[in-house]
Amino acid sequence: MPDRREFLISSAAGVGAAALSGSLPIAAFAAESPFKPEKGASLQLLRWTAFVKSDETVWDENTKKFTAATGVPVTIQNLTWNDVTPKAALAAQVGSGPDIVMGWNDDPFVYPDKLIDMTDLVDFMGKAHGGWYDNARSYCYDQDVKRWVAFPVGCTGNAVNYRKGWAKEAGFSEFPKDLDGMLKLARGLKKNGHPTGFALGHAVGDANSWTHWILWGFGGKQANPDNSIAINSSETNNALDYARQLYETMIDGVAGWDDSSNNKAFAAGLIGMTMNGISIWYAEKTADPALFPDFANATPPYGPVKTHTISNNFTSAYVFKYSKYPNAAKEYLRFMLDSPQADRWVTEMLGYVTPALKGYSDLPIWTSNPNITPYRDALAGAKYDGFNGRPGKAAAQALDEFVIVDMFADVCVNKMAPKDAMRKAEAKLAAIYKRA
Amino acid sequence: MIRRPSLAARLDSPRVLGYLLSVPAAIILLGLLAYPLLLGIWLSLTSATIGNPGQFVGLQNYATIFADPIFRGAAWYSVFYTICAEAGKLVLGLALALLLNQRFRGYRVSRALMLLPWVAPTVLSALAWLWLLDPQFSAVSWLLVRLHLIHSNIDFLGHPWSARMSLILVNIWRGLPYFAIGYLAGLQSISKDLYEAAAIDGAGGWQAFRRITWPLLMPITTILVAFSSIFTLTDFQLIWTITHGGPTDATQVFTTLAYQRAISGGQLGEGAAIAVSPIVIMIVLAFFVVRSVREK
Repeated sequence: MPDRREFLISSAAGVGAAALSGSLPIAAFAAESPFKPEKGASLQLLRWTAFVKSDETVWDENTKKFTAATGVPVTIQNLTWNDVTPKAALAAQVGSGPDIVMGWNDDPFVYPDKLIDMTDLVDFMGKAHGGWYDNARSYCYDQDVKRWVAFPVGCTGNAVNYRKGWAKEAGFSEFPKDLDGMLKLARGLKKNGHPTGFALGHAVGDANSWTHWILWGFGGKQANPDNSIAINSSETNNALDYARQLYETMIDGVAGWDDSSNNKAFAAGLIGMTMNGISIWYAEKTADPALFPDFANATPPYGPVKTHTISNNFTSAYVFKYSKYPNAAKEYLRFMLDSPQADRWVTEMLGYVTPALKGYSDLPIWTSNPNITPYRDALAGAKYDGFNGRPGKAAAQALDEFVIVDMFADVCVNKMAPKDAMRKAEAKLAAIYKRA
Repeated sequence: MIRRPSLAARLDSPRVLGYLLSVPAAIILLGLLAYPLLLGIWLSLTSATIGNPGQFVGLQNYATIFADPIFRGAAWYSVFYTICAEAGKLVLGLALALLLNQRFRGYRVSRALMLLPWVAPTVLSALAWLWLLDPQFSAVSWLLVRLHLIHSNIDFLGHPWSARMSLILVNIWRGLPYFAIGYLAGLQSISKDLYEAAAIDGAGGWQAFRRITWPLLMPITTILVAFSSIFTLTDFQLIWTITHGGPTDATQVFTTLAYQRAISGGQLGEGAAIAVSPIVIMIVLAFFVVRSVREK
């Protein structure tokens, strides 16, 4: 029997087709499972609608394989990703609904008492797949109830997306490694008629990602480890000052952008640089094959803290206590995130979701194209909502209320002085952390 | 021996039959209106979070939200949004009704088409407006640029005031048919004799409108404005779809803030307090509706 690594190298992209056709001995790659589905079990999964078609296609096919192997039917409901949070909250409140929810960021911390303990599954999978990235614990281990309330799936990683040809015209044959260099590139792009575009409206994913990256890159923090508010600092001031300068290179209207706006502007050639998941790059392959080689992705440059400060959208799966089939739910999640299911899932969606299990970082897909590699590293060193405070309800609410995004927008769009914007954000955070 | 009246005889009594017939409506009203309202009020007096009933905290949630500048901003914009949108809908709705009250070729089709904004699902029309107001791909900006009326695209949603006014414009567009159809019904109920008599007395068009049309439309105006104000004050889908309350909370209203706090943030008690707080305004509006209906 080949080991996991040999198998991956020898079969990378073909793994899915072979597994689906039944020619691969699936059980041979799956660790012996301690989770036995209940008799007569059936499951309902609520998950976010895929941005990359192959994500949904392979996930559904793997689900059919699970049903064939266990006899447990699984009904999947796909919702646009903004709608998953309220739907899951409703299920938690009324005690009825899907057994499993694949949701976002700190959602599980809003109602941890309603969720089953996932510690055994997390431990089992961590041992089988090389351990977890730090973000897994940040978003799935509740420090108040002291247990894993969700099963970490991964993140829709972020990278900087840019046009190589335009960057070269601006004097950059390679993408800068630090924020100062990136600002120079942004100014060069703007000068040549290719402005940048980073969302500053209430865009859940796109606006939160880049503003947190800049904030953390300069050493700014929302809170201290004891949850005292730490936003009003010279580091935050520097981050806001940098954002103000970057805003001068941006296309008009970014404060009105939603989560699809930068994708459309980038595809239309209206902007030369933005931040997004890999879907923005991959979409060009079919939309404009001739121009596709000019679209490129880069690891977000470092700020003065000289480390990764990426902010991603983290997705986890959690099971409600009202579910009659908790073991079946755990076995389903184990199966879906185990090889070869996850290998094929990640490979065919070109790494749109970066798994939270470190073992999947050696998939050949990550190095098959240099534009995919930045997404492999999305979780290495990534920070979490509410950093450097305690992950939990307060951080979740601050994110929901766009406190950090609005602080940046106040400086960039409303021309507020950084110290005033910081004070305003500080007051908002104080109120949120007090009531949470 | 006194004979008790038969069931049929009892049902013949207007008092018994009247109460009996109103029972289904009363059950629906109590179940679908009174219960959620009372539950909302109760939740606003508790520390409830999602999945946790919480404890009675009196008026603490109200004290918290009234001290919150975001809530005060949302309350201010809710009222401003409602007043501006109602004024726009009233004036334009009346003008449209006066136009459609005329007999012209295709007037029936025009009346049917007029209803489209009102009957289209709000989320769909909001998505269409989101595209029309897009900073880069707006068809409105495209047209104005092509007509050389502006040099670059209008940033409808990127600045606080432009976003606020854009939402009011969209609300006027959506609610206009409600006013127009209401006024059209009112106009058609006015006797033509009154206008003929006024014409004989030498009254012009403006005088006839001021002395006959407008006074006779006042009762329907009260009802239209009051009902529409309640709908507008509680508008959610349109604002949430287009701006999510942004930029920088400039377009937060009672409903979007309540949703954000209660559902996304899990603070049911505080969210309920935000949702319940405009109830005083709505009671006043409902009072005018009831009084107007009685007078009519």
